Amino acid sequence: MKKYILKRIGISLVTVFVLVTVVFFLARLMPGGPFNDPKMSATAKENLSAYYGFDKPVFEQYLTYLNNLVHGNFGYSTKYPGRTVNSLLAGSFPFSADLGIRALCFAVSFGLVFGIISALNRGTKIDLFFVIVAVIGTSVPDFIMGALLQHFFAVKWGLFPIAEYKGFAYTILPSIGLGFYTMASVSRIMRASMLEVVQQDYIKTARSKGISKFRITWKHQFRNAIMPVVTMMGPTVAAVLTGTFVIESIFAIPGMGKYYVESVQNNDYSLILGMTVFYGTFLVLCNMVVDILYGIIDPRIRVAEK
Amino acid sequence: MAENILEIKNLQFSFHTYGGVVKSVRDVSFNVREGEILGIVGESGCGKSVTSQCILRLNPEPPGFFESGSIKYRGEEITTKTDKEMRKIRGVEIGFIFQDPMTSLNPTATIGKQIEEVFVGRKDISKKERKERALEILRLVGINEPERRYRQYPHELSGGMKQRVMIAIALVGKPSIIIADEPTTSLDVTIEAQILDLLKDLKEKLNTSIILITHDLGVIAKMCDRVLVMYGGKIVERGSVDEIFYETSHPYTAGLIQSIATLNTDKNQKLIPIDGTPPDLFAPPKGCPFSARCEFAMKICSEALPEEYVLSPEHTCSCWLRHPDAPKVNIMKRDTKEGS
Amino acid sequence: MEKKNKKNTQDKQSETLRNQAEKRKLTPEDFQFVGKNIEKMESISRPSLTFWQEAWRRIRGNRVAFFSLILLITYGVLAIIAPMLSQYGFDQQDAYNMSQGFSAAHWLGTDSLGRDLWVRVWMGARVSLSIGILAAGLNTVIGTVLGGFCGYYGGKLDMIVMRIIDIIYGIPQLIVCILVMMVLGSGVKSLVIAMIIVGWTGTCRFTRGEVYRLKEQEFVLAARVMGESTFMIIVREIIPNIMGLLITNLAMAIPSAIFQEAFLSYIGLGISPPQASWGVLAKEGTKMMTAAPHLLYVPAFFICSTVLALNQLGNGLRDAFDPRLRGAD
Repeated sequence: MKKYILKRIGISLVTVFVLVTVVFFLARLMPGGPFNDPKMSATAKENLSAYYGFDKPVFEQYLTYLNNLVHGNFGYSTKYPGRTVNSLLAGSFPFSADLGIRALCFAVSFGLVFGIISALNRGTKIDLFFVIVAVIGTSVPDFIMGALLQHFFAVKWGLFPIAEYKGFAYTILPSIGLGFYTMASVSRIMRASMLEVVQQDYIKTARSKGISKFRITWKHQFRNAIMPVVTMMGPTVAAVLTGTFVIESIFAIPGMGKYYVESVQNNDYSLILGMTVFYGTFLVLCNMVVDILYGIIDPRIRVAEK
Repeated sequence: MAENILEIKNLQFSFHTYGGVVKSVRDVSFNVREGEILGIVGESGCGKSVTSQCILRLNPEPPGFFESGSIKYRGEEITTKTDKEMRKIRGVEIGFIFQDPMTSLNPTATIGKQIEEVFVGRKDISKKERKERALEILRLVGINEPERRYRQYPHELSGGMKQRVMIAIALVGKPSIIIADEPTTSLDVTIEAQILDLLKDLKEKLNTSIILITHDLGVIAKMCDRVLVMYGGKIVERGSVDEIFYETSHPYTAGLIQSIATLNTDKNQKLIPIDGTPPDLFAPPKGCPFSARCEFAMKICSEALPEEYVLSPEHTCSCWLRHPDAPKVNIMKRDTKEGS
Repeated sequence: MEKKNKKNTQDKQSETLRNQAEKRKLTPEDFQFVGKNIEKMESISRPSLTFWQEAWRRIRGNRVAFFSLILLITYGVLAIIAPMLSQYGFDQQDAYNMSQGFSAAHWLGTDSLGRDLWVRVWMGARVSLSIGILAAGLNTVIGTVLGGFCGYYGGKLDMIVMRIIDIIYGIPQLIVCILVMMVLGSGVKSLVIAMIIVGWTGTCRFTRGEVYRLKEQEFVLAARVMGESTFMIIVREIIPNIMGLLITNLAMAIPSAIFQEAFLSYIGLGISPPQASWGVLAKEGTKMMTAAPHLLYVPAFFICSTVLALNQLGNGLRDAFDPRLRGAD
């Protein structure tokens, strides 16, 4: 188990390093400089370049950047002079993370419940209903879902606040919009997995022991059926958290998405770099945690890597 | 003579499928006596597994259902019990050993947990006692270091070891009958011998009855007191082991015996396979199910079902050849005792 | 399978006949030997079909999948011909007819600049569908070839490719897409390149696993023993065996490419107006949500129905190619 965890951490660190490097050099390849305001004089640009260190050789800049990163400094914004990437992140990340976590909780819990109900009532109308919900859910992109939810539940029927993020009622629509696709796919996978597990021989063994249906469902069927869902959690976490960008713009939530898109449009090197690195690292770590979690849940992996 | 603890009468069990009703068990009657090993032999798909799972109601119902007949365990009717009532019998009164130990253990639970599960819902046994019983049974089935195995997961054990665990699960509730459905089919020959010895040994120690289901006549010869030969969902011949092997009277049994090699088989001698495949139980033939593959088939065979002819107190055979008017033939082409 | 073939040969009325037989009197004739009759038992078997015939037969038999296929073909054809047949251009503005609803002149209405939505939807379909097909197709080809080599030969190449995949897999796809789009600028070409850079890994991993599993199987060993060249083994033995899975994979990969295009266009990195794609149309639609909700409904409907159809077709294909289900209807 220790070796397994160390290996996961190792891969994640390499991934983060590659990510930082690639992002750094790609950002330098982007067309257009950070100071392309036509009104700005050539000397002013040079001064600014010198101030931000853009006049130094690229490799030196890279080393400086790495050094700063190690010390937890993501650099300065060239768009918002005087503000650090860190402070921008500190102001916006909590919103994105909060929304992402809510959406994930919604997606996973409802997805699992729907999948289980569906599988336990196989072939009935209840099953059909949840299957249709899942099929439709996996066909609607999150921004369309978000926009439709906002249009109907907030604008037309006034059941929820239209935008912003100032309390529980504000979080419901964005969370559902963001999590719906994932909920649908979790429910689909869980249903298929439950139905597959119920065919397994060990379910029959469990029945031959004379234990209750409830116990068979939870201790034997559910415990094994959840594995495929755990496996897909890594990519899912990433998908949900990237989805926050559009949902944030629909519901006017002051999260990272807004700054990210702005920084892209303004060629704000350090901000793009800082946010991408921060965001990428965060997702890589999420992936790592999921992998380790999977090892803990599935005893076969735990031992194979001992 | 020992008492019957399980009595099955005219059991008919079928499955609803998309293609129609499959009649898997057709009018099967037999008894299990205390302390005996009863063998059920037959090809795949002849209904032996379904019959045995009927006893514990392990067949999925629906699509499976009882058409008629009764199963009485110590006088109690099984076929009408609810699932809740069945739970008091499963594991505690009748244990079940499954065919494939590789897939029959839950991969995500420890060995100990899976054994102790038999006691779940029984308040008279404390947690400590449960563990003791589990360890004791692990020792009994010949697993060394039971303390360590108790905490391990199935994938950490070898195939033979897993089958021992399966046996432990079937035994831990101290049942009066153990149903072993091809317990050694998926194991190596050497492991097979060990497991069979273990079963026999445990039977002596605990005085349980065993229903041993197999397609291997060698296993039958080694283990059983009495044998049922099943074909096409029906019992075609029954008798003591000696009667089945030495006074073979159904062509199907004869075919089975002649299709296996023994140490006495001359190396130049050909084994005689039974041509064809078992009948389709979607629409069973109206006559004897074996008639299409039977060398001795007569006109009547495909037209009407033979009745069960009693040859000795134990020995019966359902074959038209036993009819008083039928011609007398030697159904054994090869003399299995001496070789030719 | 054989069992089922025979089911019709047996007499349906066996029950009643059996009862009659039991009652009848036995004559000496009844005891004449007739011997085995195995031929009769196994006489009827279904006509043999090739892999493709069988798959096609089953797709046709699957109503949902077949309908999805028809729908997708219709979309494809309309995307090609609809803009050509219309009197409007996709970027032709009309200040007098802005944000109109459905009408005879403008079948799907007009957008906020008075452009005909019917034409824009099908121009968008050209972009969205071709990005979907191109990205998913190229991903599949690259992934399959590379994965095939890794799986078949193993060794250093395999190790290096797998480590690269580990790393790419760890980086969130959209971040890579966004970065590539920023370097290459927006447009169909850069969208496809961005999607390929991250997209091939899934197919590669999957193909590698399948090939690795297949090459150890007896029929491949048999081919090798018979002296078939490696190339022929790959072409004749391995590819037919993973074909079904690859096609299914492809059908499932197109929707995610369409989603990604929509997402990137939505945040302003994909296709830029006046060029149309379904993502661009949806974005324009969300801005006009309150005033003219059909501007969102229409592109949303086309995105969702296409993805839905592709998913259902993918499911149908998976079932159709699954050899375990062959012959089961």
